[in-house]
Amino acid sequence: MTRYSALNLFQKSRDGHKGWPEAWRKPAPKSSYDIVIVGGGGHGLATAYYLAKNYGINNIAVLEKGWIGGGNTGRNTTIIRSNYLWNESAHLYELSLKLYEKLSQELNFNIMLSQRGVINLAHSQSEMHEVTRRVSAIRLNGIDSEVLTPDQIKSLIPIINLSSKSRYPILGGSIQRRGGVARHDAVAWGFARAADNLGIDIIENCEVLSVSTSNGIVRSLETTRGCIGAKKFGFVVSGHSSVLAEKAGFRLPICSQPLQALVSEPLKPFFDVVLMSGTVHVYLSQSDKGELVLGAGTDKYNSYSQRGSLSVIEEMMSASLELFPILSRLKVMRMWGRIVDICPDASPIIGNTPLRNLYINCGWGTGGFKATPGSGYVFAHNIATGEPHNLAAPFSLDRFAKGKLIDEHGAAAVAH
Amino acid sequence: MLNIPCPWCGLRSEVEFSSGGESEVIRPLDPLKKSDHEWSDYLFNRTNKKGWHVERWYHIHGCRKWFHIERNTITHEIRSSWPITEKHPEGNLSVSYSDREQ
Ligand SMILES: Cc1cc2nc3c(=O)[nH]c(=O)nc-3n(C[C@H](O)[C@H](O)[C@H](O)COP(=O)(O)OP(=O)(O)OC[C@H]3O[C@@H](n4cnc5c(N)ncnc54)[C@H](O)[C@@H]3O)c2cc1C
Ligand SMILES: [Zn+2]
Repeated sequence: MTRYSALNLFQKSRDGHKGWPEAWRKPAPKSSYDIVIVGGGGHGLATAYYLAKNYGINNIAVLEKGWIGGGNTGRNTTIIRSNYLWNESAHLYELSLKLYEKLSQELNFNIMLSQRGVINLAHSQSEMHEVTRRVSAIRLNGIDSEVLTPDQIKSLIPIINLSSKSRYPILGGSIQRRGGVARHDAVAWGFARAADNLGIDIIENCEVLSVSTSNGIVRSLETTRGCIGAKKFGFVVSGHSSVLAEKAGFRLPICSQPLQALVSEPLKPFFDVVLMSGTVHVYLSQSDKGELVLGAGTDKYNSYSQRGSLSVIEEMMSASLELFPILSRLKVMRMWGRIVDICPDASPIIGNTPLRNLYINCGWGTGGFKATPGSGYVFAHNIATGEPHNLAAPFSLDRFAKGKLIDEHGAAAVAH
Repeated sequence: MLNIPCPWCGLRSEVEFSSGGESEVIRPLDPLKKSDHEWSDYLFNRTNKKGWHVERWYHIHGCRKWFHIERNTITHEIRSSWPITEKHPEGNLSVSYSDREQ
């Protein structure tokens, strides 16, 4: 692997950047591996990377039906934070945030992590109480979190509308200063390059069509690039988890729903935090290119169509205008929808399945980008040892039968 | 944006409705006889089909009645709708309560 460095960049610039090698190989699939991961999103790639790095297993393939970074990993609004209410979630997301803080160095790939602070607004007295309770719970877990007054919010975001005549006036909020955004493609590409460097085969344009099982184990996968066998398998396919589970013969508590987002035309830098409001339902940040990146809630029906309804966008825009009347003439440049995997308790599923050599990692729904490195880290442990990692054990599939749900529907008021 | 055919009010805009999810979710008549796994299968597991999907909708800002539709989750095409207590018009889908319990 050519290490990326300032010197290297300078040298390559002298011949017009023609001499860069490809970031990962394009190998043909072998007929069998020790481990096959299905799904080349951030979570699948991170899993493969940590399997090689932490457990020394290199005979691994990652099968991706499209291209690397083409799933939800490359289509999200990139908010990263760890201020979750329940202990189980707080520990898992905090592991992930800590890994993110060192990821650019570790992967030798600039993921452009920008810890600019994530603010959650409260619009009523009861929401203020809830924010205060959450901040306390989060701090008890050793995670940074502070309550903000309206004046403090105003000094961080001068363009915000604090009028008491608003339909949903701003009474205060909270901030996690270590929260922020990162470049989503870079996370996928960085993990792909680093995994490839450890000998892992990344196989694009390879869709799993059927799953062959016998005696409670998975034997092989029929794919668009032939039959591929392995000793162990991991499914990490976000919105398509139910489809793949059905092929393997079991059911999941997941609904696949559209989640939409949009970006505006580029503006001069004027907004340097991430803002979320659950009540008026919008979250926004400004990208390095100057575009405002806005996201909303999910559409409420099941879909695999990669698009949602305009009514959701309208609601999100009216919410933004109430917070920022200054944006009333802003033009929208692109909008898109992707299919997210929603669990009944808005928490992920990580762990064993009814098939002994098959492991699953899904259900991240609207908020899994922030969890990418942590999810791969704990899932690699699960696949390598056959037992869940301590931090992932509460997120097992059988928590539903046991009634041990981890209800994060209110995850800091908005689920991202 | 979906245009949803309410069996009573005809084609109306999605914003008048709320989605009730999969029609195939039927509450067991004898919960106490079910194991934890069977009960949680009813409570939480979903077919989450890619393709034709039978689902419940509620005309909350209209006639306030529940009904079923058959909708394609890839194209969003809706090919039929029928009242909540009735069977699918072509009779090939078992979504009536009494049917499922046998
Ligand atoms: C609009 C939007 C905004 C979001 N905003 C945020 C946010 O601000 N913060 C946050 O933390 N999270 C956010 N999320 C959620 C986040 O994007 C996801 O939870 C996360 O990226 C999931 O990563 P993944 O690797 O599991 O899935 P993906 O990146 O979707 O990867 C799964 C891969 O599996 C492949 N696949 C599927 N079926 C098959 C098959 N049969 N064979 C082979 N490959 C297959 C797919 O092609 C895909 O590439 C957002 C999501 C969306 C859609
Ligand atoms: Zn009606």
